[in-house]
Amino acid sequence: MENETTNILIVGVGGQGVLLASELLSETAMRAGYNIKKSEVHGMSQRGGVVTSHIKFGKKVYSPIIPYGEVDILISFEQAEALRAVDWLKKDGVVVTAKTRLVPPIATGGKFHYPDDPIADLKKKVKKVIAVDAEQIALELGDIRLVNTILLGGISTDLEFDHKLWEEAIRVRVKPKFVDVNLKAFARGQELAVAIKKAMA
Amino acid sequence: MRRFLSGNEAVARGAYEAGVKLAVGYPGTPSTEILETLAEEYRSIYSEWSPNEKVAFEVGIGASLGGARALVTMKHVGLNVAADPFMTFAYTGVNGGFVLISADDPEMHSSQNEQDNRFYAKFAQIPFLEPSDSQESKDFVLKAFEISEKFDTPVMLRMTTRISHSKGIIEENEPVKIESVGFKRDMQKYVMIPANAKKRHLIVTQRLEKLQQYSEETELNVIENNGSKIGIISGGIAYQYAKDNLPDADYLKIGFGFPLPIEKIRKFVSSHQKVLVIEELEPYYEEIIHAAGIKIEGKKYFSRLGELSPYKVALGLKEAGLLDKTAGAQIAPAELFPRPPILCPGCPHRGAYMALKKLGVAVTGDIGCYTLGVLPPLEYLDTCICMGASIGNAIGMEKVGGYQKGVVAVIGDSTFLHSGITGLLDAVYNKSNITVIILDNRVTAMTGGQQHPATGYTLMGETTKRVNFIELAKALGVESVHEVDPYDYQGLIKTIEGEINREGPSVIITNRPCVLMPKRIGDRPYRVIAEDCNGCSACFRIGCPAIASSKELTEHNRPKAIIDPVLCTGCSLCAQVCQPEAIVPTGEPVKVK
Ligand SMILES: Cc1ncc(C[n+]2csc(CCOP(=O)(O)OP(=O)(O)O)c2C)c(N)n1
Repeated sequence: MENETTNILIVGVGGQGVLLASELLSETAMRAGYNIKKSEVHGMSQRGGVVTSHIKFGKKVYSPIIPYGEVDILISFEQAEALRAVDWLKKDGVVVTAKTRLVPPIATGGKFHYPDDPIADLKKKVKKVIAVDAEQIALELGDIRLVNTILLGGISTDLEFDHKLWEEAIRVRVKPKFVDVNLKAFARGQELAVAIKKAMA
Repeated sequence: MRRFLSGNEAVARGAYEAGVKLAVGYPGTPSTEILETLAEEYRSIYSEWSPNEKVAFEVGIGASLGGARALVTMKHVGLNVAADPFMTFAYTGVNGGFVLISADDPEMHSSQNEQDNRFYAKFAQIPFLEPSDSQESKDFVLKAFEISEKFDTPVMLRMTTRISHSKGIIEENEPVKIESVGFKRDMQKYVMIPANAKKRHLIVTQRLEKLQQYSEETELNVIENNGSKIGIISGGIAYQYAKDNLPDADYLKIGFGFPLPIEKIRKFVSSHQKVLVIEELEPYYEEIIHAAGIKIEGKKYFSRLGELSPYKVALGLKEAGLLDKTAGAQIAPAELFPRPPILCPGCPHRGAYMALKKLGVAVTGDIGCYTLGVLPPLEYLDTCICMGASIGNAIGMEKVGGYQKGVVAVIGDSTFLHSGITGLLDAVYNKSNITVIILDNRVTAMTGGQQHPATGYTLMGETTKRVNFIELAKALGVESVHEVDPYDYQGLIKTIEGEINREGPSVIITNRPCVLMPKRIGDRPYRVIAEDCNGCSACFRIGCPAIASSKELTEHNRPKAIIDPVLCTGCSLCAQVCQPEAIVPTGEPVKVK
């Protein structure tokens, strides 16, 4: 159908760089000649709340919101958030999540419980789960905020955009000072994804 | 050039292309980024934050009467504040084009209500336009200015959160050349004494007839003919959700929403077997269409609460018999802990709530980050109605003896300047015994850190005079005015206690800046000495995101606390409530007693 789209959902917690990641992805898709829309809601939620970004691209895009059960790729910067969003996924969709655990104060009081192993729970629901210790790589590169670009590098292997376009997007969208380290982070994510896929095959 | 812009950025671009000379507003989600984009990217336009929406609207009127194109931005509830000039400006009409952006917030992502401002346009008898994506957000701004000048009327552009904050690709154009025409004295038109206003009211009704004609003809209300027996009447984001589900139906897409093109609608309806109206929030189109005696269905299938979505629209279409495929499965919300918004580590508002809770007073609240004091574990805020309401609410409650332990109003700096000053004046004038705490973090934090009259900077980044809250309170007649450090827990308790027991109104001003603005503030982080922590959980109860429960348990099986050194800003409030003195600054030798 003309209005068939590729649907990507990015989730995380306020401050984790969900919005930058979705900007980079959108910029790349636009440069690849796609029509693209994305939607997120800023405001209150950013004070420690869940941040969600919907991205839809294809020939024709109507609303910027992905319908339930139609996400092709779910990217999460936090384990439990991947679990929260997993039902948006298509039957054969992919989840790529960081192993980061952010336990909010509300789950320290005893009333609410942070799941012991969200990734194991995910695997019960979805066949293709890729969980990476992006935090560790980000720290190696010197900045924990690079988790978003590392994961983006990872999912780039599932999309057909030319590497040059990703690089251009990073160059125009990231502050000049941080371009190089983001390019490195992106490459690390790519390498990792290739290695994981090999191991899974 | 093609660019990927949010609806708000596209409106800013539209203002630039339309030759706007002055843009003005007051921050409010989801409208804020329009002026921020103008101030950053299109600096040839003079733009400013006013202290509130009413002033902003009046500044916009002045610019229009002065002969320039003016843009005024606000969130939906902002128009309640600006309703007075809005209703009468509809009578005088414009000189330079005037466009009001009303950014509504269906679903109340960041608002206290979800009023549907399309009714405001009808109320004031002025036209409104409603875009359905970023490209239209830009195009409709240009259209709105043309309509404003052609029909001599202010025009409202109604945005919603989804349109304002979603992004899409737009095509940029060169700005049009507009010469400012200057002010032309015309007392009969601009001085609304009753004799003149009566004449103007007649002109408003005549203008409405012309607008009705325009609505029938304009391509803003467009029919998409796909040869279907099913017709959909829709506008704004709802139109896109409908297209997601029924790409091949016929559409009457409404871009010009008041007055509605009734004859076009009548024809559209009569030439289709079944016609549905799909609109977000209230049955605004539906009521008008019904009143014209045209048979359609709408809210019977679609909720008037919250936002619509592709999914909700699919459900409605299915119920109406227009969609047979099962529309995605309803998701059982994952059984997970919530992540409510929370005061930041080191937030200066935290101390005030800790002290108020300790004192057990009634707290009338207001709108800003500090409203988060209502959420667990602080949970110590009793009211929140609208901006500026805290002081009036406190006065009333205290006058009737509603709460014996004392009534305290808490209000942010931006909110106090927006609409708290007159409340405080009332407290002095009518001899109220309330205590007002101005939580001065020197920024409009909730909406992302905008300047205001007490920050020392303008929207465009110039330095300017700063209001002095102490002098201001004294000038209003408040005799007891204190400045306190909100990181000093005992000091806060003492000051507030002293003031609630005192006759007459008092003002307490907290003096620590927002930890996020302009740069994230961090001091030496604190840490927990695990051997000394007795698991009492006093530090958990101040609701700081930097404090978590450790895996390590006390002998009574209670979790000990740990502090994340990256998040901790060193405000020390947790250390001040720690009985065993187990929380200490890092870098110090173990506890000095
Ligand atoms: C009439 C109206 N205009 C704008 C808003 C949006 N808004 C909510 S809180 C706020 C200001 C908060 O600033 P401040 O009072 O300084 O408190 P802070 O968030 O900094 O703690 C604004 C502009 C609103 N809710 N109502």
